[in-house]
Amino acid sequence: AAAQGSTMAARLSVCRWGAAPAAVHRGPLVSWWRCSSTLADTVYDVVVSGGGLVGAAMACALGHDIHFRDKKILLLEAGPKKVMERLPETYSNRVSSISPGSATLLSSFGAWDHICKMRYRAFRRMQVWDACSEALIMFDKDNFDDMGYIVENDVIMHALTKQLEAVSDRVTVRYRSKAVGYTWPCPFPMTDSSPWVHITLGDGSTLQTKLLIGADGHNSGVRQAAGIQNVSWNYDQSAVVATLYLSEATENNVAWQRFLPSGPIALLPLSDTLSSLVWSTSHEHAAELVSMDEEKFVDAINSAFWSDANHTDFINSTGTALQYAIALLKPTKVSARQLPPSVARVDAKSRVLFPLGLGHAAEYVRPRVALIGDAAHRVHPLAGQGVNMGFGDISSLVHHLSTAAFNGRDLGSMSHLTGYETDRQRHNTALLAATDLLKRLYSTSATPLVLLRTWGLQATNALSPLKEQIMAFASK
Amino acid sequence: SRYLIFFPVYSKNLLCWTLQIKPRVFNEYRAMWFKSCRMTFSYVNRMKKCRYPWTRLYSTSHTTVDSSEIKTFLVLAHKWWDEQGVYAPLHSMNDLRVPFIRDNLLKTIPNHQPGKPLSGMKILDVGCGGGLLTEPLGRLGASVIGIDPVDENIKTAQRHKSFDPVLDKRIEYRACSLEEIVEETAETFDAVVASEVVEHVIDLETFLQCCCQVLKPSGSLFITTINKTQLSYALGIIFSEQIAGIVPKGTHTWEKFVSPEKLESILEPNGLSVQTVAGMLYNPFSGYWHWSENTSINYAAHAVKSRVQEHPVPAESVLTEETEELRANVHTSPGVHEELKR
Repeated sequence: AAAQGSTMAARLSVCRWGAAPAAVHRGPLVSWWRCSSTLADTVYDVVVSGGGLVGAAMACALGHDIHFRDKKILLLEAGPKKVMERLPETYSNRVSSISPGSATLLSSFGAWDHICKMRYRAFRRMQVWDACSEALIMFDKDNFDDMGYIVENDVIMHALTKQLEAVSDRVTVRYRSKAVGYTWPCPFPMTDSSPWVHITLGDGSTLQTKLLIGADGHNSGVRQAAGIQNVSWNYDQSAVVATLYLSEATENNVAWQRFLPSGPIALLPLSDTLSSLVWSTSHEHAAELVSMDEEKFVDAINSAFWSDANHTDFINSTGTALQYAIALLKPTKVSARQLPPSVARVDAKSRVLFPLGLGHAAEYVRPRVALIGDAAHRVHPLAGQGVNMGFGDISSLVHHLSTAAFNGRDLGSMSHLTGYETDRQRHNTALLAATDLLKRLYSTSATPLVLLRTWGLQATNALSPLKEQIMAFASK
Repeated sequence: SRYLIFFPVYSKNLLCWTLQIKPRVFNEYRAMWFKSCRMTFSYVNRMKKCRYPWTRLYSTSHTTVDSSEIKTFLVLAHKWWDEQGVYAPLHSMNDLRVPFIRDNLLKTIPNHQPGKPLSGMKILDVGCGGGLLTEPLGRLGASVIGIDPVDENIKTAQRHKSFDPVLDKRIEYRACSLEEIVEETAETFDAVVASEVVEHVIDLETFLQCCCQVLKPSGSLFITTINKTQLSYALGIIFSEQIAGIVPKGTHTWEKFVSPEKLESILEPNGLSVQTVAGMLYNPFSGYWHWSENTSINYAAHAVKSRVQEHPVPAESVLTEETEELRANVHTSPGVHEELKR
């Protein structure tokens, strides 16, 4: 089977260039062999396009890698450099759920220390429950380990910027610069044409790189320029985010998520008195939520978490029956439902909405190109996995590139890039499919499906080995 | 199917490409030809200027390069850098031979520089071909000289490294045979690499003597080659060349294959002690190489030149002297004699 796989891979790598002729028709033919005249350009070992959380972390991880000490890395960021003189009093409304695996990556190059010195909140439990029944699932760690951390994106970004400055001899960051054109190397190994990727920036300057990493988000320019197919669709949902004040100070170490027929609503802990809201719902409802007055908005949140209006007697009784059966088979206490904290008010001006979608690139790599983060996969926020998948990509790609560098390999060679692709596609497609399925399964209040998911959730909650598997997968 | 549809477009582009590029290539060829002529003349001049002509083991007429083999490689010179092409097994062999060379050399450097572990090392890559192994060694920080008797190979290698400013500084290529540079580079290199080469040379003994001569004392010689066994004939020639076509036909001649024992028997008298011989196995289905206990097909060897240059003749006399001295001692001190008897 392994042999078959590799011949398949070989065949695939031949076919990969099937899309290349399209690029030829678009661009001038000359661009393929003008290369010898542009030798004066700087040749980088790695160029990361896109300086968001994932792109900056990628450049940081490479910059701190021992086998990359002698390499030249460039990070291209379209926006300006964000300087955080001191931590602002108010919390930002854009937060990320960081898995223990992502925290390990961030601490591997010293960024996690900065985060710890600034602001983050650990959560030890996660309760997910259905609006249409009593069914719930409770994830918790017995050994007081953290399940994850809620960190403001600005804080992560600040930590990454600091760590990038620490390796400024290897990693150059060009802010306010964006690649406007890419020229790919000739797919046939011709000795007379440049083997590197040529990049033209917005200001007209050009540079070359042995490996281009696309970390430029779900509308990735790198992906489009490389002609990599992307499977994508928009959900009929938008997410509303906001910073919320709780009615009273609590321990606040639980992440709450309830599946409403219109979409999941999640409350993530920020501090003893603050939580962050992520509410996925229909576009119209989202627009309404953002524009309604603050008091009404708070009422809407509280009723979304507390209301039993979607319950039906039939589902309730069957759910109770299964619960009773489980209790008979398994006398030990199945984690009981807890009640989410009630919300008192919303932080002014913290309400924002953004549309949701799913996307997956058919290929993550091409010769001299690799896609990471949202450029390769876009996911519904219901599992809180978006940025963690991106950080997982980085761990894998850095591992493969570091080995390649220590073996003196050409960094853009397919032989190790395909290793990264195989590793990550296996993980990411599974997560993408699971999230999409959950989203669809919970977007309905049709009785048979509600019954199915009620039983499924109750059974999963009762089976601790299965729950542990899920937790292990999600904490990578 | 996508591939099939676009194939005509490919070939058309290829044609355009060839047409456009031709004049420049031609000029280059001409320039290279002049250059190579100049080089040859300079060698002749250097030979004349040789202060100790008797130390030179052979003239250029007595070369270890096989002219019939040159033709085989000339045809394929432009295919070196196609990772999926005819030289794919050599590309993937780097997964084994680069760490093999790197790790054995790192044992000799107490604290190496991270990022370029081999910096400060001078390596000679004999029979470098298109530079498939030369470039990785250069990337690890070593300054490498790659030599190959096939002019086309050197041109390919030269062109390929010229795109990388770092490698361009660290690597130097020369179209010549080992004998031609043995004089000017005596005791110059920390390591000499002859990967997949010794099975192609005519006079193995002379070739290895040259390798030894250009090595610094306690320098390393790395050799990868094919063993001379029935299995290597069956797999190396009949299977790889005739049936599977992994290696181009005529690449190898079984008579010239070298067994590790033969290698050792030539190396030891030249002051090179063999440290490691490790088997390598190629999986033609996966396209990857693996280390193996079995050295009956491909193997890699690492030999180290002795610290002080031994002179072949005194070695024996020292031994006889020692025994004589021992005998003398035995005669003078009866106590020892007694001890020895017991």
